[in-house]
Amino acid sequence: MERIPILKMGDFLLVTIQVDMYDQLALTLQDDLTERISRTSARGVLIDITALDMVDSFIGRMIDTISSLSKIMDAETVLVGMQPAVAITLVELGLYLPGVSTALDVERGMKLLEQRVRL
Amino acid sequence: MNVRSSGTQPIRVEQDVVLARQTARKLATECGMRLVDLTKMVTAVSELARNTVVYGGGGDMDWEIIDDFGRIGLRLVFRDEGPGIPDIKLALTDGWTSGGGLGLGLTGARRLVDEFELDTAPGEGTRITVTRWT
Repeated sequence: MERIPILKMGDFLLVTIQVDMYDQLALTLQDDLTERISRTSARGVLIDITALDMVDSFIGRMIDTISSLSKIMDAETVLVGMQPAVAITLVELGLYLPGVSTALDVERGMKLLEQRVRL
Repeated sequence: MNVRSSGTQPIRVEQDVVLARQTARKLATECGMRLVDLTKMVTAVSELARNTVVYGGGGDMDWEIIDDFGRIGLRLVFRDEGPGIPDIKLALTDGWTSGGGLGLGLTGARRLVDEFELDTAPGEGTRITVTRWT
């Protein structure tokens, strides 16, 4: 079964989505990530969607769920790399992702995570 | 109005949703759609194709590149022989869902296209036509 790799960087987990998402893949990522947070006691999760040229309501919901789940497990989530056209479309679709922290790129996302975790 | 080219693609299983998106992206590019418009159209395709699989039990996507006196557009028809939608008004309400989702699929897709037409009746399948002009 196809899986999205989850990399560990210190206290953080890094997920770079580089394939065309389909529903089963999104659900698998959700499960894998929860399991990894629990196993590694990660304090933060960085999800990089630079390569995603589309986010629909299903993927949007997955991102929202991951963010809520990790918060419950004492980890912060930051979403980075959303393309402008994707952002415009998401808002028009009606998906505002209120519970999800975002940053423009991986570097800023990492800084944000570090700040959040230190506080 | 002229049809420049047309075709049909099956949408039977979840992976076909990805293929439908790829086809829509290719066609929208052929039409010369701007990136934002293209992204909206592809996202609408993702929502509608998923509905075809999940609620319609599978179906087809017909596509047409149309030319309306020099205005180029992409028209897609999602059709299935599924149970149909009993209450269209309810189905087109933001946040209403019959399948445990967010309830943004149908209403969201409608906002992402220029023209949206829903033709359905209980027991007679569903047919959704969407058009986006360049």
